[in-house]
Amino acid sequence: MRALSFVRWLRAGRVPPRGPESRHSGDSGHSGHRHSGDSGHRVYSEYRYSEYRPQDPPQQKVSVEVLDHLEHLALVDFRDSEGVERLQKAIQFADQLHEVNTDGVEPMDSVLEDRCLYLREDDVTEGNCTKELLENAREKVEEYFVAPPGNIPLPKLEERETFLQGSK
Amino acid sequence: MLRASLRQVSTALKEGRVTPTELCQRCLALIKSTKFLNAYITVAEETALKQAEESEERYKRGQPLGILDGIPIAVKDNFNTAGIETTCASNMLKGYISPYNATVVQKLLDHGAVLLGKTNLDEFAMGSGSTDGVFGPVRNPWSYSKQYKEKSVPKSHSEDEESGWVITGGSSGGSAAAVSSFTCFAALGSDTGGSTRNPAAHCGVVGLKPTYGLISRHGLIPLVNSMDVPGILTRCVDDAAVLLGSLAGHDPKDSTTIQDDFKPFELPNLTDVSKLSIGIPKEYHAPGLSSEILALWSKAADLFKNAGAKVVEVSLPHTRYSIVCYHVLCTAEVASNMARFDGLEYGHRSDMKDSTESMYAATRREGFNDVVRGRILSGNYFLLKQNYEKYFVKAQKVRRLIANDFVKVFRSGVDVLLTPTTLSDAAPYMEFIQEDNRTRSAQDDILTQAANMAGLPAINVPTALSERGLPVGLQFIGRSFQEKQLLTVAKWFEKQVQFPVIQLEEVKRHDSGVFQHQKSASFS
Repeated sequence: MRALSFVRWLRAGRVPPRGPESRHSGDSGHSGHRHSGDSGHRVYSEYRYSEYRPQDPPQQKVSVEVLDHLEHLALVDFRDSEGVERLQKAIQFADQLHEVNTDGVEPMDSVLEDRCLYLREDDVTEGNCTKELLENAREKVEEYFVAPPGNIPLPKLEERETFLQGSK
Repeated sequence: MLRASLRQVSTALKEGRVTPTELCQRCLALIKSTKFLNAYITVAEETALKQAEESEERYKRGQPLGILDGIPIAVKDNFNTAGIETTCASNMLKGYISPYNATVVQKLLDHGAVLLGKTNLDEFAMGSGSTDGVFGPVRNPWSYSKQYKEKSVPKSHSEDEESGWVITGGSSGGSAAAVSSFTCFAALGSDTGGSTRNPAAHCGVVGLKPTYGLISRHGLIPLVNSMDVPGILTRCVDDAAVLLGSLAGHDPKDSTTIQDDFKPFELPNLTDVSKLSIGIPKEYHAPGLSSEILALWSKAADLFKNAGAKVVEVSLPHTRYSIVCYHVLCTAEVASNMARFDGLEYGHRSDMKDSTESMYAATRREGFNDVVRGRILSGNYFLLKQNYEKYFVKAQKVRRLIANDFVKVFRSGVDVLLTPTTLSDAAPYMEFIQEDNRTRSAQDDILTQAANMAGLPAINVPTALSERGLPVGLQFIGRSFQEKQLLTVAKWFEKQVQFPVIQLEEVKRHDSGVFQHQKSASFS
């Protein structure tokens, strides 16, 4: 059995038919980074991946409302059009997931799902480190961390300084 | 002596041929003269010398704490170290001095290791080049090696090594560069998508990613809680086993560590591989794999076959989706993990005082770079109610499919998988930055990522030099918690290939030549 599979490999030196845009020796598109690979000794035939062309236009653009909502949720801003582009490309990349058939498959949270998480006894073993912990905070009063007033939502899109303002 | 392995140096310390303080001073001096590599963010000179002195006392009394006593070690800057700045190469944590040691750091210190400093990385370990941190990119020591310089032809007289240097790979690039340039004998990295194995391959060192749940993550600033592991970078496989022995085991402070007893092991010197079954996953012949690496990969397979091992082609059909799945799960977990950085309790805090929310927003705007912000926003997008099922849960399902692929292959009798680690040798920095971080990560993590998805142990073993004189490594992936078997196979392979030692001018000047290294025939 072993000899057979090995011989099948050697024979697989035949190069399968290719589309016009893929390269023969499997070299990457890195410019200036080519290797003049010798294509004679081919033990493994290149596994053909189904075509994924990143130049395809995105299915749909994310609306400004969603972008605004994201900025609110994440409390992080897009900063410029590149930031928004980045998100668009990320979504497009993630869309490839839909090619996989996952019928009847349970989601996996952790690779250790067959084991029980360790729970220790509810005994106090350490603590009393208020001073050390407060050392890293910039604004504090006695033993409190000081925050600016809460319960004030982030200003709406029209009123706050954000790149998205111009795109409505 | 700086070029010796951990075990050799440890023996030298025990026999008194060198003292811990001498060793420490030599390493510190070498760090200074290799500053241009930018491998270290913080060098803890005073504390290191103090630790070395304490170690020397112990050796004088004849009571060393073990093999690691007195050995200089470096730690990636996303591990908390008490009293030493921990920045994650980000503005958000600049100036942050942790009040506690990460468990792995504490274990190293308890064994007497000398902590030289914190190494450079991509900001928050996000990236595959170690180029995106706020302290600047890390340079691959091989850019300055005789081997690389001999092979590179400068295009004009003005183009010197200043612009031709190559990246280390990432994100534990600083750690890999530190081990590769002999400034320390071992280093800690972290591995979420290949962050230890990728720079190990580019820098010609051994990079081990242990099984998820074997080593404690307490104190490692988390990126993806379900995939992160501390990684080990050393000069040879034996040293990696030594480090693993000191670090592995249940930690009550990290409930995701398994409770099984871990027994440190010595690696046997395997001579008979006929009972071994090596799997070659065909999907790892990914688009973009350089023909050089392909040739090395098949040569390695032949090596095993000729030695009597059973070498079979196997299939991991969902490999190509691993990187997409990782992209979704990683950004989602990152969005959650980065939420803790609000400036209130630690780290950078903005001067904005209008409201809590606006203070948080301003702090995060000032503290995070584009890469981190991009991932947070993408993650939040995938976690939106309308997208949760479509993206996040879907990715979790695909993750199970990927993990099951491995289970099926290992169940069919394969002991260890052999794959390439990277698509090509290290790219020049100027070329690498042509594409953005996300694109590069998607390209470079493709071969290393699946092991994180499935939580399996994997190791990069430096194999040969490429045509350009740069290191290329091959990866072995083992069964869950079977590090001993994995490392035994890796050690056998390492012995066969005899990877050449890097020839660096700076090291020659600092080395006393106590150990002579045999120049043996190399694999390529």
